[in-house]
Amino acid sequence: MSTTVDARGLSCPQPVLMTMDEIRKVGKGEIVILVDTDTSKENVSRAAESQGWRIKDVQPDGIGYCVTVSKE
Amino acid sequence: MKQFIDFDYLSGSLINICRNKTKDGFMAQLKNFFATKWGIISVGAFIGIFAALLQKWGNPGNMGICVACFERDIAGAVGLHRAEVVQYMRPEIIGFVLGSLIGAYIFKEFRPRAGSAPIVRFVLGAFAMIGALVFLGCPWRALLRLAGGDGNAILGLAGLIVGIWIGTLFLKNGYNLGRTEKTYTSVGWLMPLTMLGFFVLMLIYPQVKGEAKSGVLFYSLKGPGSKHAAIIISLAVGLAIGFIAQRSRFCTMGAFRDLILFRQTHLFMGLLTLEVFAFITNLIVRQFHPGFAGQPVAHTMHIWNFGGMVVAGLAFALAGGCPGRQLFLAGEGDGDSAVFVMGMIVGAGFSHNFSLASSPNGVGTHGIAAVIIGLIVCLFIGFTMRRRVLNEHNS
Repeated sequence: MSTTVDARGLSCPQPVLMTMDEIRKVGKGEIVILVDTDTSKENVSRAAESQGWRIKDVQPDGIGYCVTVSKE
Repeated sequence: MKQFIDFDYLSGSLINICRNKTKDGFMAQLKNFFATKWGIISVGAFIGIFAALLQKWGNPGNMGICVACFERDIAGAVGLHRAEVVQYMRPEIIGFVLGSLIGAYIFKEFRPRAGSAPIVRFVLGAFAMIGALVFLGCPWRALLRLAGGDGNAILGLAGLIVGIWIGTLFLKNGYNLGRTEKTYTSVGWLMPLTMLGFFVLMLIYPQVKGEAKSGVLFYSLKGPGSKHAAIIISLAVGLAIGFIAQRSRFCTMGAFRDLILFRQTHLFMGLLTLEVFAFITNLIVRQFHPGFAGQPVAHTMHIWNFGGMVVAGLAFALAGGCPGRQLFLAGEGDGDSAVFVMGMIVGAGFSHNFSLASSPNGVGTHGIAAVIIGLIVCLFIGFTMRRRVLNEHNS
Protein backbone atom coordinates (compact mmCIF):
# COMPACT_ATOMS: atom_id res chain seq x y z
CA MET A 1 0.00 0.00 0.00
CA SER A 2 1.30 3.43 -0.84
CA THR A 3 -0.03 6.93 -0.37
CA THR A 4 0.28 9.69 -2.93
CA VAL A 5 0.95 13.30 -2.00
CA ASP A 6 0.21 15.62 -4.91
CA ALA A 7 2.22 18.76 -4.23
CA ARG A 8 2.43 19.89 -7.85
CA GLY A 9 2.02 23.61 -8.35
CA LEU A 10 2.33 24.39 -4.67
CA SER A 11 4.98 26.82 -3.49
CA CYS A 12 7.34 26.56 -0.52
CA PRO A 13 6.83 25.19 2.08
CA GLN A 14 3.57 23.43 1.16
CA PRO A 15 5.14 20.33 -0.43
CA VAL A 16 7.27 19.78 2.69
CA LEU A 17 4.33 20.43 5.03
CA MET A 18 2.19 17.92 3.13
CA THR A 19 4.98 15.34 3.10
CA MET A 20 5.60 15.74 6.83
CA ASP A 21 1.86 15.46 7.54
CA GLU A 22 1.72 12.25 5.57
CA ILE A 23 4.84 10.86 7.25
CA ARG A 24 3.30 11.53 10.66
CA LYS A 25 0.03 9.98 9.56
CA VAL A 26 1.29 6.71 8.08
CA GLY A 27 4.33 6.20 10.31
CA LYS A 28 6.00 3.77 7.90
CA GLY A 29 5.58 2.24 4.48
CA GLU A 30 5.82 4.01 1.16
CA ILE A 31 4.80 7.50 0.08
CA VAL A 32 4.79 8.76 -3.50
CA ILE A 33 5.21 12.53 -3.72
CA LEU A 34 4.47 14.42 -6.94
CA VAL A 35 6.24 17.77 -7.33
CA ASP A 36 6.76 20.11 -10.26
CA THR A 37 10.01 21.92 -9.46
CA ASP A 38 13.57 20.87 -8.64
CA THR A 39 13.39 22.97 -5.49
CA SER A 40 10.39 21.00 -4.22
CA LYS A 41 12.07 17.74 -5.19
CA GLU A 42 15.13 18.63 -3.10
CA ASN A 43 13.05 19.98 -0.21
CA VAL A 44 10.76 16.97 0.16
CA SER A 45 13.72 14.58 -0.17
CA ARG A 46 15.64 16.46 2.53
CA ALA A 47 12.56 16.54 4.79
CA ALA A 48 11.87 12.82 4.37
CA GLU A 49 15.50 11.93 5.07
CA SER A 50 15.47 14.08 8.20
CA GLN A 51 12.59 11.91 9.45
CA GLY A 52 14.56 8.71 8.85
CA TRP A 53 12.86 7.85 5.56
CA ARG A 54 14.79 6.57 2.57
CA ILE A 55 14.61 8.05 -0.94
CA LYS A 56 13.66 4.97 -2.89
CA ASP A 57 13.23 6.45 -6.33
CA VAL A 58 13.09 9.75 -8.20
CA GLN A 59 11.57 9.67 -11.66
CA PRO A 60 10.78 12.48 -14.10
CA ASP A 61 7.02 12.73 -14.28
CA GLY A 62 5.38 15.05 -16.77
CA ILE A 63 6.84 18.50 -16.14
CA GLY A 64 8.07 17.51 -12.68
CA TYR A 65 9.15 14.54 -10.60
CA CYS A 66 7.70 11.58 -8.83
CA VAL A 67 9.61 11.01 -5.59
CA THR A 68 9.10 7.72 -3.77
CA VAL A 69 10.16 7.55 -0.13
CA SER A 70 9.92 4.59 2.18
CA LYS A 71 10.48 3.45 5.74
CA GLU A 72 10.45 -0.12 6.98
CA MET B 1 31.22 -8.89 -48.83
CA LYS B 2 33.71 -6.36 -47.67
CA GLN B 3 33.27 -5.10 -44.19
CA PHE B 4 33.90 -1.41 -44.03
CA ILE B 5 34.55 0.25 -40.77
CA ASP B 6 34.84 3.97 -40.65
CA PHE B 7 37.42 4.38 -37.91
CA ASP B 8 37.32 8.13 -37.97
CA TYR B 9 33.59 8.09 -37.41
CA LEU B 10 33.91 5.47 -34.70
CA SER B 11 36.65 7.25 -32.80
CA GLY B 12 34.76 10.53 -33.21
CA SER B 13 31.65 9.04 -31.64
CA LEU B 14 33.65 7.53 -28.83
CA ILE B 15 35.24 10.86 -28.07
CA ASN B 16 31.82 12.48 -28.15
CA ILE B 17 30.39 9.88 -25.81
CA CYS B 18 33.29 10.40 -23.41
CA ARG B 19 32.95 14.15 -23.66
CA ASN B 20 29.23 14.05 -23.00
CA LYS B 21 29.71 11.70 -20.13
CA THR B 22 32.31 13.93 -18.53
CA LYS B 23 30.21 17.00 -19.18
CA ASP B 24 27.05 15.38 -17.82
CA GLY B 25 28.94 14.04 -14.84
CA PHE B 26 30.41 17.45 -14.13
CA MET B 27 27.04 19.17 -14.57
CA ALA B 28 25.34 16.64 -12.32
CA GLN B 29 28.04 17.10 -9.72
CA LEU B 30 27.70 20.87 -9.92
CA LYS B 31 23.93 20.53 -9.77
CA ASN B 32 24.18 18.42 -6.65
CA PHE B 33 26.85 20.57 -5.05
CA PHE B 34 24.64 23.63 -4.67
CA ALA B 35 21.92 21.58 -3.00
CA THR B 36 24.37 20.42 -0.33
CA LYS B 37 25.32 22.01 2.98
CA TRP B 38 28.62 23.22 1.50
CA GLY B 39 26.78 24.56 -1.50
CA ILE B 40 24.51 26.84 0.51
CA ILE B 41 27.41 27.81 2.77
CA SER B 42 29.58 28.86 -0.17
CA VAL B 43 26.69 30.89 -1.61
CA GLY B 44 26.19 32.67 1.72
CA ALA B 45 29.91 33.41 1.87
CA PHE B 46 29.95 34.75 -1.70
CA ILE B 47 26.99 37.06 -1.05
CA GLY B 48 28.45 38.24 2.27
CA ILE B 49 31.86 39.06 0.82
CA PHE B 50 30.62 40.73 -2.36
CA ALA B 51 27.87 42.70 -0.61
CA ALA B 52 30.49 44.22 1.69
CA LEU B 53 32.79 44.83 -1.27
CA LEU B 54 30.03 46.49 -3.30
CA GLN B 55 29.79 49.02 -0.47
CA LYS B 56 33.53 49.50 -0.69
CA TRP B 57 33.18 49.98 -4.45
CA GLY B 58 30.56 52.69 -4.11
CA ASN B 59 27.19 51.40 -2.91
CA PRO B 60 25.57 53.14 0.10
CA GLY B 61 26.50 52.43 3.73
CA ASN B 62 25.59 48.95 4.99
CA MET B 63 23.71 48.65 1.71
CA GLY B 64 26.09 46.73 -0.52
CA ILE B 65 22.98 44.85 -1.50
CA CYS B 66 19.42 45.54 -0.38
CA VAL B 67 16.68 44.10 -2.52
CA ALA B 68 13.97 46.32 -1.03
CA CYS B 69 16.06 49.51 -1.19
CA PHE B 70 17.28 48.76 -4.70
CA GLU B 71 13.79 48.04 -6.02
CA ARG B 72 12.75 51.29 -4.35
CA ASP B 73 15.58 53.04 -6.20
CA ILE B 74 14.35 51.49 -9.46
CA ALA B 75 10.83 52.77 -8.69
CA GLY B 76 12.45 56.20 -8.26
CA ALA B 77 14.48 55.90 -11.47
CA VAL B 78 11.32 55.36 -13.51
CA GLY B 79 9.44 58.08 -11.60
CA LEU B 80 6.93 55.98 -9.66
CA HIS B 81 7.94 58.16 -6.72
CA ARG B 82 9.90 61.37 -6.72
CA ALA B 83 12.01 61.08 -3.60
CA GLU B 84 15.10 62.76 -5.04
CA VAL B 85 17.64 60.92 -2.90
CA VAL B 86 16.61 57.39 -3.93
CA GLN B 87 16.52 57.25 -7.73
CA TYR B 88 18.81 54.82 -9.51
CA MET B 89 18.31 51.89 -11.87
CA ARG B 90 20.18 49.31 -9.80
CA PRO B 91 21.96 46.80 -12.06
CA GLU B 92 22.25 44.33 -9.16
CA ILE B 93 18.49 43.67 -9.29
CA ILE B 94 18.61 43.27 -13.07
CA GLY B 95 21.54 40.86 -12.64
CA PHE B 96 19.69 38.82 -10.01
CA VAL B 97 16.82 38.05 -12.38
CA LEU B 98 18.98 37.47 -15.47
CA GLY B 99 21.58 35.41 -13.57
CA SER B 100 18.81 33.20 -12.26
CA LEU B 101 17.37 32.88 -15.78
CA ILE B 102 20.76 31.76 -17.10
CA GLY B 103 21.21 29.24 -14.27
CA ALA B 104 17.71 27.88 -14.76
CA TYR B 105 18.26 27.44 -18.50
CA ILE B 106 21.69 25.82 -18.21
CA PHE B 107 20.41 23.27 -15.70
CA LYS B 108 17.05 22.80 -17.43
CA GLU B 109 15.06 24.20 -14.53
CA PHE B 110 13.29 27.01 -16.33
CA ARG B 111 9.63 26.26 -15.69
CA PRO B 112 7.09 28.85 -16.79
CA ARG B 113 4.28 28.78 -14.26
CA ALA B 114 1.66 31.18 -12.92
CA GLY B 115 -1.83 31.48 -11.53
CA SER B 116 -1.53 31.08 -7.78
CA ALA B 117 -3.52 34.07 -6.48
CA PRO B 118 -1.52 36.80 -8.28
CA ILE B 119 -3.47 39.71 -6.75
CA VAL B 120 -2.69 38.44 -3.25
CA ARG B 121 0.98 38.22 -4.15
CA PHE B 122 0.88 41.78 -5.48
CA VAL B 123 -0.67 43.11 -2.27
CA LEU B 124 1.79 41.10 -0.13
CA GLY B 125 4.65 42.52 -2.20
CA ALA B 126 3.41 46.07 -1.73
CA PHE B 127 3.05 45.74 2.05
CA ALA B 128 6.30 43.83 2.36
CA MET B 129 8.00 46.84 0.77
CA ILE B 130 6.10 49.32 2.93
CA GLY B 131 7.12 47.42 6.07
CA ALA B 132 10.73 47.01 4.93
CA LEU B 133 11.02 50.74 4.20
CA VAL B 134 9.85 51.60 7.71
CA PHE B 135 12.86 49.63 8.97
CA LEU B 136 14.95 50.70 5.96
CA GLY B 137 16.01 47.38 4.53
CA CYS B 138 15.12 43.92 3.39
CA PRO B 139 16.34 40.84 5.34
CA TRP B 140 19.61 40.92 3.38
CA ARG B 141 20.26 44.48 4.43
CA ALA B 142 19.20 43.72 8.01
CA LEU B 143 22.04 41.17 8.05
CA LEU B 144 24.46 43.55 6.34
CA ARG B 145 23.57 46.37 8.74
CA LEU B 146 24.34 44.10 11.66
CA ALA B 147 27.58 43.00 9.99
CA GLY B 148 28.49 46.69 9.68
CA GLY B 149 27.87 47.31 13.38
CA ASP B 150 24.39 48.86 13.20
CA GLY B 151 22.68 47.76 16.43
CA ASN B 152 19.27 48.87 15.16
CA ALA B 153 19.36 45.88 12.83
CA ILE B 154 18.87 43.63 15.88
CA LEU B 155 15.38 45.11 16.28
CA GLY B 156 14.70 44.64 12.57
CA LEU B 157 15.87 41.02 12.62
CA ALA B 158 13.81 40.33 15.74
CA GLY B 159 10.77 41.78 13.97
CA LEU B 160 11.52 39.70 10.89
CA ILE B 161 11.66 36.51 12.97
CA VAL B 162 8.39 37.34 14.76
CA GLY B 163 6.70 38.10 11.42
CA ILE B 164 7.90 34.82 9.94
CA TRP B 165 6.83 32.96 13.10
CA ILE B 166 3.29 34.37 12.73
CA GLY B 167 3.42 33.23 9.11
CA THR B 168 4.31 29.68 10.16
CA LEU B 169 1.24 29.60 12.42
CA PHE B 170 -0.91 30.36 9.39
CA LEU B 171 0.94 27.74 7.35
CA LYS B 172 0.33 25.14 10.05
CA ASN B 173 -3.36 26.00 9.99
CA GLY B 174 -3.84 25.43 6.30
CA TYR B 175 -2.97 28.82 4.80
CA ASN B 176 -2.48 28.23 1.10
CA LEU B 177 -2.64 30.37 -2.03
CA GLY B 178 -3.47 27.46 -4.31
CA ARG B 179 -1.61 25.78 -7.13
CA THR B 180 0.26 27.35 -10.00
CA GLU B 181 -0.19 26.02 -13.50
CA LYS B 182 2.29 25.41 -16.25
CA THR B 183 2.00 28.17 -18.80
CA TYR B 184 3.56 29.60 -21.97
CA THR B 185 7.33 29.96 -22.00
CA SER B 186 6.85 33.64 -22.85
CA VAL B 187 5.03 34.20 -19.54
CA GLY B 188 8.18 33.14 -17.71
CA TRP B 189 10.22 35.48 -19.87
CA LEU B 190 8.22 38.62 -19.04
CA MET B 191 10.11 39.58 -15.88
CA PRO B 192 13.58 38.83 -17.33
CA LEU B 193 12.61 40.85 -20.42
CA THR B 194 11.37 43.71 -18.23
CA MET B 195 14.73 43.71 -16.46
CA LEU B 196 16.55 43.60 -19.79
CA GLY B 197 14.40 46.54 -20.90
CA PHE B 198 15.38 48.46 -17.75
CA PHE B 199 19.03 47.78 -18.53
CA VAL B 200 18.66 48.97 -22.12
CA LEU B 201 17.00 52.16 -20.81
CA MET B 202 20.03 52.66 -18.60
CA LEU B 203 22.35 52.35 -21.60
CA ILE B 204 20.25 54.69 -23.74
CA TYR B 205 19.89 57.25 -20.93
CA PRO B 206 23.09 56.99 -18.88
CA GLN B 207 23.73 59.12 -15.83
CA VAL B 208 24.95 62.61 -16.70
CA LYS B 209 27.14 64.21 -14.07
CA GLY B 210 25.25 66.91 -12.19
CA GLU B 211 21.94 66.15 -13.92
CA ALA B 212 18.93 64.73 -12.05
CA LYS B 213 17.38 63.39 -15.24
CA SER B 214 18.66 61.66 -18.32
CA GLY B 215 15.95 61.08 -20.93
CA VAL B 216 13.14 59.27 -19.15
CA LEU B 217 15.24 58.12 -16.18
CA PHE B 218 15.69 59.93 -12.89
CA TYR B 219 19.03 59.93 -11.08
CA SER B 220 19.94 61.11 -7.58
CA LEU B 221 22.46 63.90 -7.11
CA LYS B 222 22.78 63.22 -3.39
CA GLY B 223 21.74 60.61 -0.84
CA PRO B 224 21.84 56.81 -1.16
CA GLY B 225 20.62 56.91 -4.76
CA SER B 226 23.75 58.81 -5.80
CA LYS B 227 26.04 56.17 -4.32
CA HIS B 228 26.73 53.21 -6.51
CA ALA B 229 29.46 50.97 -7.81
CA ALA B 230 30.31 51.04 -11.53
CA ILE B 231 27.50 49.63 -13.67
CA ILE B 232 29.59 46.75 -14.98
CA ILE B 233 30.66 45.68 -11.47
CA SER B 234 27.12 45.90 -10.10
CA LEU B 235 25.78 43.90 -13.03
CA ALA B 236 28.52 41.26 -12.88
CA VAL B 237 28.06 40.67 -9.14
CA GLY B 238 24.29 40.66 -9.61
CA LEU B 239 24.51 38.06 -12.38
CA ALA B 240 26.85 35.86 -10.34
CA ILE B 241 24.62 36.02 -7.26
CA GLY B 242 21.49 35.43 -9.37
CA PHE B 243 23.11 32.33 -10.85
CA ILE B 244 24.33 30.73 -7.62
CA ALA B 245 21.26 31.73 -5.61
CA GLN B 246 18.98 30.11 -8.19
CA ARG B 247 21.07 26.95 -7.94
CA SER B 248 21.14 26.86 -4.14
CA ARG B 249 17.58 28.22 -3.45
CA PHE B 250 19.12 30.74 -1.05
CA CYS B 251 16.31 32.42 0.92
CA THR B 252 16.57 34.43 4.13
CA MET B 253 12.89 34.06 4.98
CA GLY B 254 13.03 30.33 4.28
CA ALA B 255 16.06 30.12 6.58
CA PHE B 256 14.04 31.22 9.61
CA ARG B 257 10.81 29.56 8.45
CA ASP B 258 12.36 26.12 8.03
CA LEU B 259 14.12 26.48 11.36
CA ILE B 260 10.85 27.34 13.13
CA LEU B 261 8.59 24.93 11.21
CA PHE B 262 10.81 21.89 10.72
CA ARG B 263 13.92 22.53 12.86
CA GLN B 264 15.81 22.37 9.57
CA THR B 265 19.07 24.30 9.42
CA HIS B 266 19.91 23.97 5.71
CA LEU B 267 19.00 27.48 4.50
CA PHE B 268 19.91 28.95 7.88
CA MET B 269 23.52 27.86 7.36
CA GLY B 270 23.60 30.05 4.26
CA LEU B 271 22.21 33.01 6.13
CA LEU B 272 24.67 32.57 8.98
CA THR B 273 27.60 32.34 6.60
CA LEU B 274 26.48 35.51 4.82
CA GLU B 275 26.51 37.32 8.16
CA VAL B 276 29.92 36.00 9.23
CA PHE B 277 31.64 36.68 5.91
CA ALA B 278 30.10 40.14 5.54
CA PHE B 279 31.33 40.91 9.07
CA ILE B 280 34.87 39.66 8.37
CA THR B 281 35.02 41.53 5.06
CA ASN B 282 33.77 44.69 6.78
CA LEU B 283 36.53 44.34 9.38
CA ILE B 284 39.17 43.92 6.69
CA VAL B 285 38.04 46.90 4.60
CA ARG B 286 37.32 48.95 7.74
CA GLN B 287 33.60 49.26 7.32
CA PHE B 288 32.68 48.02 10.79
CA HIS B 289 31.41 50.87 13.00
CA PRO B 290 29.44 49.57 15.99
CA GLY B 291 26.65 51.67 17.52
CA PHE B 292 23.02 52.70 17.32
CA ALA B 293 23.02 56.42 16.56
CA GLY B 294 24.26 57.90 13.32
CA GLN B 295 24.33 54.63 11.38
CA PRO B 296 24.08 55.02 7.59
CA VAL B 297 20.52 55.08 6.18
CA ALA B 298 19.03 54.01 9.52
CA HIS B 299 17.00 55.42 12.40
CA THR B 300 16.82 54.54 16.09
CA MET B 301 13.06 54.21 16.64
CA HIS B 302 13.26 50.68 17.99
CA ILE B 303 9.56 49.85 18.10
CA TRP B 304 9.07 50.78 14.46
CA ASN B 305 12.26 49.11 13.30
CA PHE B 306 10.76 46.03 14.90
CA GLY B 307 7.16 46.64 13.73
CA GLY B 308 8.08 47.38 10.13
CA MET B 309 9.92 44.10 9.84
CA VAL B 310 7.11 42.14 11.51
CA VAL B 311 4.88 43.23 8.63
CA ALA B 312 7.59 42.50 6.05
CA GLY B 313 8.46 39.11 7.56
CA LEU B 314 4.83 38.05 7.68
CA ALA B 315 4.28 39.17 4.08
CA PHE B 316 7.39 37.25 2.91
CA ALA B 317 6.27 34.13 4.77
CA LEU B 318 2.76 34.31 3.31
CA ALA B 319 4.22 34.81 -0.18
CA GLY B 320 6.77 31.99 0.23
CA GLY B 321 10.05 33.86 -0.17
CA CYS B 322 12.22 36.80 0.79
CA PRO B 323 12.54 39.61 -1.79
CA GLY B 324 15.75 38.14 -3.17
CA ARG B 325 14.24 34.69 -3.55
CA GLN B 326 11.22 36.21 -5.33
CA LEU B 327 13.60 37.73 -7.90
CA PHE B 328 15.38 34.39 -8.42
CA LEU B 329 12.04 32.58 -8.77
CA ALA B 330 10.88 35.22 -11.25
CA GLY B 331 14.06 34.50 -13.22
CA GLU B 332 13.33 30.77 -13.41
CA GLY B 333 9.85 31.36 -14.82
CA ASP B 334 7.59 31.87 -11.79
CA GLY B 335 5.03 34.45 -12.88
CA ASP B 336 3.56 34.76 -9.39
CA SER B 337 6.91 35.78 -7.95
CA ALA B 338 7.18 38.30 -10.77
CA VAL B 339 3.87 39.76 -9.60
CA PHE B 340 5.24 39.95 -6.03
CA VAL B 341 8.24 41.90 -7.37
CA MET B 342 5.93 44.28 -9.22
CA GLY B 343 3.96 44.67 -5.98
CA MET B 344 7.17 45.62 -4.19
CA ILE B 345 8.11 48.22 -6.81
CA VAL B 346 4.63 49.76 -6.75
CA GLY B 347 4.65 49.55 -2.93
CA ALA B 348 7.82 51.62 -2.97
CA GLY B 349 5.95 54.25 -4.99
CA PHE B 350 3.20 54.39 -2.35
CA SER B 351 5.78 54.38 0.43
CA HIS B 352 7.49 57.55 -0.71
CA ASN B 353 4.47 59.33 -2.23
CA PHE B 354 2.48 58.86 1.00
CA SER B 355 5.41 59.52 3.38
CA LEU B 356 5.31 55.99 4.78
CA ALA B 357 9.03 55.33 4.36
CA SER B 358 11.45 56.21 7.13
CA SER B 359 14.54 58.39 6.82
CA PRO B 360 17.56 58.81 9.11
CA ASN B 361 15.34 61.28 11.04
CA GLY B 362 12.86 58.56 11.95
CA VAL B 363 9.63 57.11 10.62
CA GLY B 364 7.66 58.91 7.92
CA THR B 365 4.56 61.02 8.69
CA HIS B 366 2.24 58.07 8.07
CA GLY B 367 4.71 55.25 8.63
CA ILE B 368 3.14 54.05 11.88
CA ALA B 369 -0.34 53.96 10.34
CA ALA B 370 1.10 52.01 7.41
CA VAL B 371 2.63 49.38 9.72
CA ILE B 372 -0.70 48.89 11.50
CA ILE B 373 -2.66 48.70 8.23
CA GLY B 374 -0.06 46.36 6.75
CA LEU B 375 -0.35 44.04 9.72
CA ILE B 376 -4.15 44.02 9.47
CA VAL B 377 -4.01 43.28 5.72
CA CYS B 378 -1.54 40.42 6.20
CA LEU B 379 -3.60 38.93 9.04
CA PHE B 380 -6.72 39.22 6.88
CA ILE B 381 -4.95 37.31 4.11
CA GLY B 382 -3.61 34.69 6.53
CA PHE B 383 -6.95 34.07 8.23
CA THR B 384 -9.20 34.04 5.18
CA MET B 385 -7.10 32.11 2.66
CA ARG B 386 -7.05 28.68 4.13
CA ARG B 387 -7.84 25.86 1.85
CA ARG B 388 -7.31 22.23 2.55
CA VAL B 389 -5.24 20.56 -0.07
CA LEU B 390 -6.24 16.96 0.23
CA ASN B 391 -3.82 14.14 -0.29
CA GLU B 392 -4.92 11.32 -2.51
CA HIS B 393 -5.08 7.95 -0.90
CA ASN B 394 -4.47 4.91 -3.03
CA SER B 395 -4.63 1.44 -1.67
